[in-house]
Amino acid sequence: MTAPSQSLPAAASGTKPLDPRIETISWILLVLVMISVPVWGSIYAVYMACLISINVIATVGLNITVGYAGLLSIGHSAFLGVGAYASALMWLHLGTPLAVNLVIGAVAAFAIGLVFGIPALRIKGVYLAIATLAAQYSLYFVFQQWTSVTGGDRGLSLPKIDVFGFGDTGFYYVVAFVALIATLAARNLFRTRIGRSFIAVREKDYAAQVLGINVVSTKLIAFGIGAAYAGIAGALLAAFLRIVNPDQFTLVSSVFFLAAVVVGGRGSILGSILGALFMTLMPEFLREIIALVSIEGADLASLLSPLREIIFGSLIVLFLIFEPRGLVGFVDRALGRSENVEARQEH
Amino acid sequence: MTSDILVVSGVDVTFGGIRALSDVSLSVPERKITAVIGPNGAGKTTLFNVISGFYKANSGSVTFAGTDLLSQPAHTRSANGISRTFQNIALFPGMTVAENIKLGAHAQLRTSLFAAGLYLGPAAKEERELEERMDKTVIELLGLQDNRDSSVSGLPYGTQKRIELARALISGPRLLMLDEPFAGLPTTEKATMAAQIRKVVDERGVTVLLIDHDMESIMGMSDQVVVLNFGEVIAAGAPADVQANPAVIEAYLGAEA
Ligand SMILES: Nc1ncnc2c1ncn2[C@@H]1O[C@H](COP(=O)(O)OP(=O)(O)OP(=O)(O)O)[C@@H](O)[C@H]1O
Ligand SMILES: [Mg+2]
Repeated sequence: MTAPSQSLPAAASGTKPLDPRIETISWILLVLVMISVPVWGSIYAVYMACLISINVIATVGLNITVGYAGLLSIGHSAFLGVGAYASALMWLHLGTPLAVNLVIGAVAAFAIGLVFGIPALRIKGVYLAIATLAAQYSLYFVFQQWTSVTGGDRGLSLPKIDVFGFGDTGFYYVVAFVALIATLAARNLFRTRIGRSFIAVREKDYAAQVLGINVVSTKLIAFGIGAAYAGIAGALLAAFLRIVNPDQFTLVSSVFFLAAVVVGGRGSILGSILGALFMTLMPEFLREIIALVSIEGADLASLLSPLREIIFGSLIVLFLIFEPRGLVGFVDRALGRSENVEARQEH
Repeated sequence: MTSDILVVSGVDVTFGGIRALSDVSLSVPERKITAVIGPNGAGKTTLFNVISGFYKANSGSVTFAGTDLLSQPAHTRSANGISRTFQNIALFPGMTVAENIKLGAHAQLRTSLFAAGLYLGPAAKEERELEERMDKTVIELLGLQDNRDSSVSGLPYGTQKRIELARALISGPRLLMLDEPFAGLPTTEKATMAAQIRKVVDERGVTVLLIDHDMESIMGMSDQVVVLNFGEVIAAGAPADVQANPAVIEAYLGAEA
C-alpha cells in the first residue's frame, strides 16, 4: 500500500457528537447573548462584538481549510483582502447594497482561493504553508501596487452605512446575523457527505479515494470555502472600518487567524468561536489590566506594554501544552466528553 | 450460469528494478469467492492496488463488468460498484463509527455544497435515509449496534475490521475486495468473519476477491483459489486442486525454508 499517510493527531472532531439538546440550548444562549449586547453593552462593547463576529467568520473558514481538511494555510488574510477590496469597489463604483457586496466578496475570494489552493494538490504540511505565502505576498503586492483600482497604500475610503436607520447598532446586528448564519452553515456542512469527505482527505487520502472521494476537487473546494468565508469577513470588515488598505492584510493578520484556529481547536466549529473570542479579547483584556496597574506611575505603562505581548504569547503556548486540542478540549473535559483522547494517542 | 465479473489480463508492475507483478492474468467469477494466496511479498496487495487504480500497470488490462478500469481514476471505483478493505485497517480515527461507515456511501450521495450548508429538506432527508439504510443493512449484520456512535480510535482490532467491512458493504458493491480479513483475529472471530462474508455472497449476490494467509479459512470458504509467487500466477483452480499442486507446495516450502 502507499505509505500510510500522516493524520493530524487529536483533532477535536472525533469526540462523541454533542447531545442535540445541549447543542440547541447552546445555540439559543449564543443568539440571546448576541442580540442583547447593544442593550447592556457600551459603544465599545458593540464595537468589540462586531470585531469578534467578523473574526469568528474568518476563523471558521480557516478551520475548514486547516482543521478539517488538513491543508495548512498561512495566507488567509489575503483572502480577507480580496473580499474587502471586491466589496468596497462594488460599493464605490456601482453603489450596490451590502448584501450584494458580501456575496461578491465571497465569490471573488472563493475564485482566487481556488487558484492559490492548487499547490495543495501536490504538497502537504509545512511545504504547503510556505506555498500559501505566495497568496499572502502576491495579493499584498496587487493591493499595494494596482493604485488606479485599489488606491495603493492609502487604500479606499467608504461612506458610512446606516442599516434601517439604526446606525452602529443596526450594523452590528447585520454582522452578528451573518456570523451566525456562516457558523451554522459550517456546522451543517459536517453533518453531510461534503464535510465527511474533508476529514477523510485529511486523515487518509488513499482510503478516501476508494470510497469515491475525488481528492483533487475536495481539496480545492475546502480551500475555496475557507477563502470564501475570509471574503465575507473581509467585506464586513471593510464596511465596519470604512477603510480598506493593504496593511490590514499582512502575514501578521494571517498568523492571528491561524493562532485562533489552533488555540480554539482544530476541526471544531465551537473551537473556532472560542479561538476568535480569545484572540480578539485577550489583548484588550491584558491592556486593561496593565492600565489598572499603571495608574500609580505613568511611565510604568510604557514599561509594561511590551510585557503584554509576552504574556499573550506565553498564554497561547501554555494552553497548547496543557490542552493540545485547544480551548474546545477544556469544554469537552468540563462536559466529561474526553473519554477517547488518551486511547487515540496510544494508537 | 456464472460469468466472470472481473478479468485481469497480462498485468505487469515494476518498482524500481523489482518486478512486483509479471504477466498476471486471472478471472473472478460473479457471486463467488475467489482467494488470492501466496508468500509474503508475492504481489497480492500490489494486485489489489492495480485494480483500485493506485498503481500503474506497465502493460495489461483490468476489465470490470465489461468496462476498462485502468483508464479511469481511482475514485471512480466506488461508483462502478467496487469496494475494498486494507491490510492495515484504513479507518478514519477522527470520526465516529457511524461517520466512517457513512463514508462508504459517499459516491451515492448527492447533497450539494449549498444544500449541505442549509441542511433543510433534501440534505437532511438524504442523511436520515442513509442512517436508516446503515442500521438496516450493515450495522446489524456486523453486530456494531453498541459501537455505532463511539469514536473508532481505541476500539478493539476485531471491531475495527468489522467497521471497515461495514464501510465497504454499505454501498451495496458488486465486487468486494478484502485484503487479509482474517489477519490478527482470534479463531472465533475468524469463523464469524467467514460466515459474514459467505452471507453477503449468498444473500446479496456480492462477488468477493480476498487475500489471506489463513489456509484453513481460505480453503473452507473459497470457490476458487489463485496462487501468486514472486509476482507470477503459479496456480489457479478449486481449493482442493490448488492444495495438491506441486508448484504450490514447492512455493510454500521454499518460502518457509
Ligand atoms: N509502493 C511500493 N514501492 C516499492 N515497492 C513496493 C511497493 N509496494 C509493494 N512493493 C514491493 O512489491 C512486492 C510485492 O509487495 P506486496 O505488498 O504486493 O506483497 P504481498 O503479497 O501483499 O505481501 P504480504 O503477504 O506480506 O502482504 C514486494 O517486494 C514489495 O516490497
Ligand atoms: Mg499484502
